[in-house]
Amino acid sequence: MKELKILAVVVLFTIATYIGVEPYAHSQMHPHVEEPDYTFKDVDGLNGLQGNAENGAILVQSNCTACHSIDKAGFPPVMDDASAAAAYGVVPPDLSTSGKLYNADYLAAFIKDPAAASKVGHKFVDGRVHPMPQYNWMQPQEIADMVAYLQSIAPDEMTNKEVFVDACQRCHAIKYGDMQGGSMAAKTPVENIKAYMGKIPPDLSQYIRSRGKNYLHEFINDPQKHLEGTAMPRVGLTEEAETQVIAYMEEVGDSKKAEREALGPKFLIYLVIFAIFAWLWKASKWRDVH
Amino acid sequence: MAKFEKANSVGEWLDQRLNTTALNKVMMTEYWIPKNINFLWAMGVLLATTFGILVISGLFLMMYYKPDVNLAFDSVNYTIMQEVAYGWLFRHMHGVAASVVFLIIYIHMFTGIYYGSYKQGREMIWISGMLLFMTFSAAGFSGYMLPWGQMSYWAAMVITNLFGGIPFIGPDLVVWIRGDFNVADATLTRFFMLHVFLLPITIMGIIGLHFYTLRIPHVNNQDSDEIDFDAEAEKYLAGNKKESKVIPFWPIFISKDLAVLGIFLLFYFYLVFFHYNFAMDPVNFDPADNMVTPPHIYPEWYFLWSYEVLRGFFFDIAGVKAFDIGLAAFGFANAIFLLLPWLDRDTRILPAHKRPAFFVWFWILMVDLLVLTVYGKLPPTGANAWVGFFAAVAFILLFVLLPIITKIDAKKRGE
Repeated sequence: MKELKILAVVVLFTIATYIGVEPYAHSQMHPHVEEPDYTFKDVDGLNGLQGNAENGAILVQSNCTACHSIDKAGFPPVMDDASAAAAYGVVPPDLSTSGKLYNADYLAAFIKDPAAASKVGHKFVDGRVHPMPQYNWMQPQEIADMVAYLQSIAPDEMTNKEVFVDACQRCHAIKYGDMQGGSMAAKTPVENIKAYMGKIPPDLSQYIRSRGKNYLHEFINDPQKHLEGTAMPRVGLTEEAETQVIAYMEEVGDSKKAEREALGPKFLIYLVIFAIFAWLWKASKWRDVH
Repeated sequence: MAKFEKANSVGEWLDQRLNTTALNKVMMTEYWIPKNINFLWAMGVLLATTFGILVISGLFLMMYYKPDVNLAFDSVNYTIMQEVAYGWLFRHMHGVAASVVFLIIYIHMFTGIYYGSYKQGREMIWISGMLLFMTFSAAGFSGYMLPWGQMSYWAAMVITNLFGGIPFIGPDLVVWIRGDFNVADATLTRFFMLHVFLLPITIMGIIGLHFYTLRIPHVNNQDSDEIDFDAEAEKYLAGNKKESKVIPFWPIFISKDLAVLGIFLLFYFYLVFFHYNFAMDPVNFDPADNMVTPPHIYPEWYFLWSYEVLRGFFFDIAGVKAFDIGLAAFGFANAIFLLLPWLDRDTRILPAHKRPAFFVWFWILMVDLLVLTVYGKLPPTGANAWVGFFAAVAFILLFVLLPIITKIDAKKRGE
């Protein structure tokens, strides 16, 4: 039938244009990178050592609490965020949830050499040093004990927002998370974080729309893959924590997703009915003239 | 004053005062359309509907949008998208319709070219249609600026910069258009005015003109047959509906349009709910930042072909700067379609498949536009730049050769 042939030509050109300007063009503009690696097999981590949490408690409390708070274990922050940022360049994280958020091997590697594990060695040259000193003078067993301790005090369950707050909010704002209250601003004041990172880390409110899930997973797992030389550290999130971070970004940045996906099929069903009636009406009208 | 008798119904009352019965005949039941048409003849009604969707969704968006560089991004992405009930739906409908309307415009336009519906009496239909294409383009561009994302800002930068290439007045013109030395708050606010007032009202006026231009030459048909509309209409009114070559706009023609519209709306709303990124570029969900140039700046898909003609000329030729050649080619690309009725030297109106040389010309043009569109988005490096160059040259040559090609067809038929 002639009309179907014409339709086929129209559809063919439309699809060819679409493929050219969307999937093909984007594949050319954003080169493919390797899948995220949640085992962090490139780091010098625990190397199979089992830690002793009791011993780790003593080590952590004597080595870390000068700078880090561990609210859960009775070590509240010694100063407010602004003072901490002024002192260290960036607000140091509370360690209460670190054992849950971060991969154990990564955590061990980070304690030994923070800049190397987080792949930001390029930032700390010409006399600049990472605000957290290296602990690679410790015995591997001691490091394993500290990791075991951090894991022992970490909560079993965290909400998506809690994960985001602990993993990202020291540097990143996500203002749409609390537009009126302003509680989702970055914890490190703007002037400090700008000095520390070289620029103000972006507000993440719309990153779920501007970057999409896949990119976010690849990027958070290893920022250097997509953005070589970026100041953003690899933070070593477990797959679960990273998924929760992105889920929170979606709750904030695409808050009507569920409504959209529920409403869509209803619209389409209504339109199928409309189309059927329209074709029937057309057929009845054209019967007289053909 | 005319003498008015007591009316027995609202219809009669209106008829006495507004002559609605006659109006209805002229506009609807005795507005004659050829019977020998296919679904491509429904694109006009699809366009009118899509424009209606744009106007209505646009009105709702305007209730919350703030044309201020400090407020615009959040008013769209927070207030409208997250806070206002179904604000996201209106925004998606508006954004997707703005993109899809160009798909239908292109189909409508190339249907006209294929069937020769632009010449020998139909020139004004074609010209008013091309004016609509231009005003829709301006509306698309100005609207794209409003969310004040990265692509809004940088597209505004690149496109307003183009005016700088116009001899003598260029640099002053750029400042006049922007209202500032840079793309800034004044630019956003004036493009808001253009987008929500001046352009829509102009478009509505030209749509009226476009409809009117159809009255005297009438709509073309699938075989480009010459029809005696008066004689055929008489046949139809006498009851010989099957023999008559014409149908009334209402209800026969419109019934087919609505059937096609049903399919189109399914496609459109599928895109609105499930596949909208092509029309709402992810890059534009980053707020405008004049300190950070995005790695790839490209216009929306419907401008890509002319954008590629612009940047296809990437090297100086005979002492003329690449930018100036590109700009001249870009001007040519945007104006040349207006002249189509006079570039076509064939003395008869025929569909392309009955014009052997023109048929080849048409499909080469289609493929060339496709190549220009795809390469208009790709990074213009290495071989891509050369493909763009040759496709741009081919585009210009196609129109330069058109008078000769159409003459060949006429000669072959022995005219």
